[in-house]
Amino acid sequence: MTALFWKELADHFGRRRFTLLLGLVALGLLWGAFVDLAALARQGRQFFFLDVFTSASGVPISLLSFVSFFGPVIGVALGFDAINAERAQGTLARLLAQPIHRDGVYLAKFFAALLTLAIVIASMMVVVVGVTMFRMGIAPQGEEIVRLVGLGLVASAYLAFWLALAITASVLLRNTVTSALASIGAWFGLGFLVTLLGGVIAQRAVPDAATAAEAARRISIESWINRLSPAGLFSEAAAILLDPFGGRAINLFAVEQSRLEGLLATPVSAAQSIQLVWPHVVVLVAMAAALLAASYVRFIREEIRA
Amino acid sequence: MTGAPSPLIEADGLSKVYGGFTAVDGVDLTIAEGEVFGFLGPNGSGKSTTILMMLGLTEPSGGTVRVCGLDPARDPLAVKRQVGYLPESVGFYGDMTGADNLRFTAQLNRIPRPAAEERVAGLLAMVELADAANQPVAQYSRGMRQRLGLADVLLKEPRLVILDDPTLGLDPAGVVWLLGLIEELSAERGIAVFLSSHQLHEVQRVCHRVGIMSHGKMVLQGTVADLTAQTDAGGFGVTLSVEGADDALDAALAALPGARSATRSGGEIAIESEADVRAEAAAAVHAHGARLLALRSRDRTLEDIYLRYFQEAAVA
Repeated sequence: MTALFWKELADHFGRRRFTLLLGLVALGLLWGAFVDLAALARQGRQFFFLDVFTSASGVPISLLSFVSFFGPVIGVALGFDAINAERAQGTLARLLAQPIHRDGVYLAKFFAALLTLAIVIASMMVVVVGVTMFRMGIAPQGEEIVRLVGLGLVASAYLAFWLALAITASVLLRNTVTSALASIGAWFGLGFLVTLLGGVIAQRAVPDAATAAEAARRISIESWINRLSPAGLFSEAAAILLDPFGGRAINLFAVEQSRLEGLLATPVSAAQSIQLVWPHVVVLVAMAAALLAASYVRFIREEIRA
Repeated sequence: MTGAPSPLIEADGLSKVYGGFTAVDGVDLTIAEGEVFGFLGPNGSGKSTTILMMLGLTEPSGGTVRVCGLDPARDPLAVKRQVGYLPESVGFYGDMTGADNLRFTAQLNRIPRPAAEERVAGLLAMVELADAANQPVAQYSRGMRQRLGLADVLLKEPRLVILDDPTLGLDPAGVVWLLGLIEELSAERGIAVFLSSHQLHEVQRVCHRVGIMSHGKMVLQGTVADLTAQTDAGGFGVTLSVEGADDALDAALAALPGARSATRSGGEIAIESEADVRAEAAAAVHAHGARLLALRSRDRTLEDIYLRYFQEAAVA
């Protein structure tokens, strides 16, 4: 399994597809260079390096939203042809004629792609922080570092879900194009439709949100529906980690951010934030594990015909 | 170990059913250490499926198969350590070089690096790919890939190699080379070879025994000589090309000791006999004053047996 793991890892870094990943890191560089730091500095907020990731001033959208939208594409790109491409080029039969376990093939592919994703995420975050340090001449504080590491882990779990989804598609669908399309379709469905539906259903359930209790009920319905989507889970978890002052820090999800600006006089501690996002991470990992388990059962019993 | 050598492959009533379709139906076969076994049959007769079951790449629906004394479904790794398998259409990682593809296989087999380097170089030389060793496989021709596949199969130093239609895509010279290699593996290294093929003529040359599959059943099994006896009564056949033949000559030939019949069509006389009558027939033609232009004796080839069997099966 280790031999296959290293070969897969080398493949990910050698393939043309890796330029896509490098592009993401380069984008971090651009974002770091163009985020309007002066505007952030004027606000005089306490956690400057966290705001860099959530600020949309000077750039089209915040870096966080960008990762939330397009991160899945990266996860899918590394996994959609994991098994079916081996089958198509006739290497799967030869591979499985060697004395290795089938689950070894499967897990080596998953973990090699996951490590690649984690390296890309970490590089991108380091680039953003580095450029900001260069521009402002200040270093991140300990708490900021803890929160950013937390964000890296949450983002890895988020991309791991999409990777698991794509690998599942690559086991179930013989054609690489079909499996890429199916994965992208799932991304669209889970990433956008669920979020859109959440708003509509909440509106229907509580048509008149005049009182505070009704408004709270509507928000609660919407945020629970959002949590069905990995993108919703990720956004919520990232917001909790990156904004220790905001309403999301105390789990008031989906309230207009501007109305909650400075809601809390003192920030929530990093430990408390991590405690809040822990369920999100567990759910993301569980969703990925469930997908992998389903396709694993299929793959392990499958006939490997050349 | 003493006593009778245990067979490398022992299948007993091996069956595979897909939905309602029976692909392999009660196949029995044994292959001994160092033996070359030819596995023949038309497309779709269940050859590949039988091979997949031997390797644990698909589960049998019924019957048992033991490879190297082990159950491939229960103990696949131990089987795959000792058995090399060349799939029907072998694939390699196109962006890696031929040598790197082999090195990767060596790693999967946990062959220590120095030994692996030595074997890779030796095998590439043996399959005549030493010059192309550092080219990406994407640039290889079909025949080169097939040869690389053989090197790949031999890398783990197997006791048994299973070759699924290895002559597919090879040119005639390549086929001759491959069959020479198979003979060498068996004779010099004692590796048993299970060869699935359509190249009947060549299979006959290198195989100790053959088995013929039809509609999922093993219909004939044995040495080529055994199969001759199974498919017809045997006997000899001689065809003479004669100038100046007449009915009297036919009668004289049919009257030769051991001859059963002599039939003439055009200038050709076909003699069926119980013994070899070639010399006597030539003398008879000469004595009759006719001119003997050619004399061909008929060998029972595997192709005859094969075609004869499938013609009979089609008629029946």
